[in-house]
Amino acid sequence: MHNIKGIFRREFSSYFATPLALVFIVFFLMLAAGFAFQFGRFYERGQADLAPFFSFHPWLYLFLMSAISMRLWAEERKSGSIELLMTLPVTTWQAVIGKYLAAWAFAGVALALTFPMWITVNYLGNPDNGAVLAGYIGSWLMAGGFLAIGACMSAATRNQVIAFIFTVVICFGFLLSGYPIVLDLVSGWAPRVLVDALASLSFYTHFEAISKGVIDLRDLLYFGTVIGVWLAATTIVLDMKKAD
Amino acid sequence: MIEIRNLTKRYGALTAVNDISFTVSPGEVLGFLGPNGAGKSTTMKMITGFLAPTSGAISVCGHDVENDPLAAKACMGYLPEGAPSYGEMSVRTFLEFIADIRRLSGERRRTRLDDVIARLQLGSVLEQMIETLSKGFKRRVGLAQALLHDPQVLILDEPTDGLDPNQKHQVRTLINDMSKDKIIVISTHILEEVDAVCNRAIIIAGGKLLADATPKELAARAPSGRLDDVFRQITTGQKNAA
Ligand SMILES: Nc1ncnc2c1ncn2[C@@H]1O[C@H](COP(=O)(O)OP(=O)(O)O)[C@@H](O)[C@H]1O
Ligand SMILES: [Mg+2]
Repeated sequence: MHNIKGIFRREFSSYFATPLALVFIVFFLMLAAGFAFQFGRFYERGQADLAPFFSFHPWLYLFLMSAISMRLWAEERKSGSIELLMTLPVTTWQAVIGKYLAAWAFAGVALALTFPMWITVNYLGNPDNGAVLAGYIGSWLMAGGFLAIGACMSAATRNQVIAFIFTVVICFGFLLSGYPIVLDLVSGWAPRVLVDALASLSFYTHFEAISKGVIDLRDLLYFGTVIGVWLAATTIVLDMKKAD
Repeated sequence: MIEIRNLTKRYGALTAVNDISFTVSPGEVLGFLGPNGAGKSTTMKMITGFLAPTSGAISVCGHDVENDPLAAKACMGYLPEGAPSYGEMSVRTFLEFIADIRRLSGERRRTRLDDVIARLQLGSVLEQMIETLSKGFKRRVGLAQALLHDPQVLILDEPTDGLDPNQKHQVRTLINDMSKDKIIVISTHILEEVDAVCNRAIIIAGGKLLADATPKELAARAPSGRLDDVFRQITTGQKNAA
């Protein structure tokens, strides 16, 4: 725990050591708000909720979370600091968790800074603030899933661009498999169990479920499992090829 | 105490370290000599637990590096080749981070930080970002990090590489000052360094251990009595003088 905390603190503050974090957050806020107003018809719907805002998060995260996670391990490897880190008295697992949590917390900060959206809907009407909170929780959990996949890709290569591309591709799969269009396509020929299995594997299905305002234990378990599995894979990948 | 038994490391078809065995005791400053690509860094990476050996065993301070890596790592300080660190951190926050992980706290933390900052003359650059430092300062930050917890065992991979003559002299003085009761292993391909700081030298080339003696004994193996000549003879395979 002590080691995880130390690594987390170092990593988290490193996000703010360069203007990059600021640029990222501004970019995120602009896109998140822009999508909601432009394509989500935030005002025109005449409904006071944040549904149009949250509905674009999966697509926003596809690129923005991949951009955060690509540097996680690729950069340690490129600069050689991985050799320093892994010869300190910490386990690979502690390093993986500490760095991952820092990325996730950073994503949380960016997400939390969208609070003016929440103020706006409260100003415009009487939204179900429980549902808004659930939306935020669902969105942050989904961000965690993306980042765990990205951490693993970043551990597998020293090239950040390659890490980014692989993360986008895999996350795209994890998203798309829950969209009705894809499920309809599959349900034409596949047995029902397969369709359900496919849907239940998708970030989208669970994110949708939570952002409707119902925080079901199964959805939490789903994200917990996805994150755990990908971080375990990250640890294995690092132990196998940390010196390459 | 460092004990290395039949250590081998293969990268695919290449055998970077080939069946090396030796032990180092407290008070010894071991110079690890060899041409580029000899396998010095690879050996050090295995001693410090960064790389797993293909075969063989290493124990440091009585802890097996593979079975009890945390205990072994806790008693070692390591300067990796090129002194990597976190460029976007200031010298101070970087050393504070190392102090956290090394579990230094309270009074001891303060005295240790003050000690390495003074020894490596980092006082003037404490608030500077590491990536903006000169090569010499970066190396000294790497050394400070390795020394911070006052470890029993120090593994330094080319500690003076890229330093100017004055800085080299400072680092050598530093090593001499610390050598009384510690185990220090430094890798180098600079032979005068061995004369200046080591009381034992191991020569490796092509992953094989070719000589293990005091610098004096080694030098005596050449008709000229010069370490350079011995080094060249041994590492190029003309062992007629050995
Ligand atoms: N990650 C790696 N993959 C493949 N070969 C490597 C790797 N690291 C080092 N080598 C090779 O192992 C040999 C020994 O390298 P190294 O231990 O760095 O030598 P030295 O430190 O003595 O200059 C060299 O031939 C080098 O090219
Ligand atoms: Mg080397």
